[in-house]
Amino acid sequence: MASIVLSRLVQAVPSLLGVTIIAFVLLHLSGDITQLLLPMEASEQVRADFRRAYGLDQPIPVQYAHYLARLVQGDFGQSFAYRRPAMEVVLERLPATLELSAAALLIALTIAIPAGIISAVKRNSVFDHLSMGVVLLGQSVPTFWLGMLMILVFAVVLHALPVSGRGSFAQLVLPSVTLAMWLLALVARLTRSGMLEVLSQDYIRTARAKGLAEVVVTTRHAVRNALVPIVTVVGLQVGGLLGGAVMTEAVFAWPGVGTLVLESILKRVYPVVLAALIMVAAAFVLINLMVDLLCGYLDPRVRTGRRG
Amino acid sequence: MGAGVARETVRAAAEQEPRVRGGYRTLRRLARARTGWVGSALLVLVIAVALAAPLVAPYGFNELSLANRLKPPAWLGGGTSAHLLGTDPLGRDMLSRVIWAARTSLGIAGISVLVAMVFGVMIGLLSGFYGGWLDMLVMRLADMQLSFPYLLLAIAVMALLHPTLANLIIVLALRSWVVYARTVRSSVQVAKQREFVEAAVALGASDRRIITRHLTPNVIAPIIVISSFQLAELIITESSLSFLGLGVQPPTPSWGGMLSQGREYLTSAWWLGVFPGLMIILTVLGINLFGDALRDAMDPRLKV
Repeated sequence: MASIVLSRLVQAVPSLLGVTIIAFVLLHLSGDITQLLLPMEASEQVRADFRRAYGLDQPIPVQYAHYLARLVQGDFGQSFAYRRPAMEVVLERLPATLELSAAALLIALTIAIPAGIISAVKRNSVFDHLSMGVVLLGQSVPTFWLGMLMILVFAVVLHALPVSGRGSFAQLVLPSVTLAMWLLALVARLTRSGMLEVLSQDYIRTARAKGLAEVVVTTRHAVRNALVPIVTVVGLQVGGLLGGAVMTEAVFAWPGVGTLVLESILKRVYPVVLAALIMVAAAFVLINLMVDLLCGYLDPRVRTGRRG
Repeated sequence: MGAGVARETVRAAAEQEPRVRGGYRTLRRLARARTGWVGSALLVLVIAVALAAPLVAPYGFNELSLANRLKPPAWLGGGTSAHLLGTDPLGRDMLSRVIWAARTSLGIAGISVLVAMVFGVMIGLLSGFYGGWLDMLVMRLADMQLSFPYLLLAIAVMALLHPTLANLIIVLALRSWVVYARTVRSSVQVAKQREFVEAAVALGASDRRIITRHLTPNVIAPIIVISSFQLAELIITESSLSFLGLGVQPPTPSWGGMLSQGREYLTSAWWLGVFPGLMIILTVLGINLFGDALRDAMDPRLKV
């Protein structure tokens, strides 16, 4: 187990380095920093001094090395507009985004997995057709538009739930359901096809031939085996979930990393944007590591390194 | 003499290679899928409307009429038949704007899919055929990209560079090339073990000829299926970026851009936030239905 953790951590290094390179390149392509930070009437001499003071006159690779060295020490740059370290600003908003994502994940899984299982077991039934119809719709609707419709129906017309903000449970309902929809569709579809595949396996026939009740065959023999690939896929979709969270946050004014990024773009506080990018990437790597460990727990073949 | 016969046998083997496998059968199976028909009907309708925008749109996309601001749709009280889907805060006709925006959204997503396809397929062919360090590098890059919250990256790129049309297309194409490259690579790795490739090698065909004449036809089926799903994906991504103000810039109409205006008026003028979204969902639903039917018709085992 320890070796898996270690090898996954080592594999994550190039990904994280890649992100820092992208962040660094973007920062450079975004234009002359002195235009952004110094007053317009600043002379060329002042600009040159500024560049020298911040090491901006050195070769690009040297600048990147310095940038990386600062990142490793946890220094993501100052956000001038917020007058605080960029890292601090991002960390403050991270819990809100994680809360929203976790709620959405919970909703998606608790609905999608049973729905997918029932669809597979009762193939071509009314329930199957209905839920696959919902799946198709769920995969075709943009997250942010679903959010707008939710606001329109539940907040504007029915006055049942608050439009935006964070704090109470009621405020979490609309954003998390909105964010969950797309993952729900994906997981339900995968569970259904995974179950259909497992149900046609020999060991299922054996279990039935033994005279086991259908419920036992489904729950004990089929579901457990169908779940492993689903856990992997869900893990891979965490990136998509965080991306969807940005859109959901934008619609519901949810005070997470997504809205922070959008605010920072408007204020042109690029260190915060890039700090958010790197932080989210790091969170993502961690989550994937946990998913791998969970897979190992569910499937002993993975644990011993014999990956099928 | 013996060499001549062997040469003939090898040549025959080389010619036996499957071109686009069972194109006719595929079409027949496709024609039998009911949902596929619904999907293609939707898709054809949207494309036709987009192409014929100057003819079917009652007004120009930027034709202001300040006297007719925020008119509701025709069937509601206060609506007029002059503006079937109502008007926006500048008095621009919603129906016309939704139609013109179809051009923008389909055009941008279509071009981006093409760009991604050309690069992704080329990279996949080379990486699958030659393997080695190129393959390693490409696949590491692909893994890296797939394992990352793409939308956040796209937002950062569009914000820090400028939201020009070219940048938008590059950012969108970046999303899709990986899917092409990975699928083509694995198809090529399987195909290059087959006899017809061995035969072509034995006949002294150049790498270039083997790749273009013998390997490429084998990856066409997955490419077509991937393209349909990627088109849907990129339409949603483009509208998301435009919704945030980081995609298509006004005054060019786009569904996502119209929705961001609609959000501000959600409580007072719902039609601004509903019709552009309906267009997105109809288009994407059409493409997904069509793509599903296409995948099942071409090869039910295809998992893309």
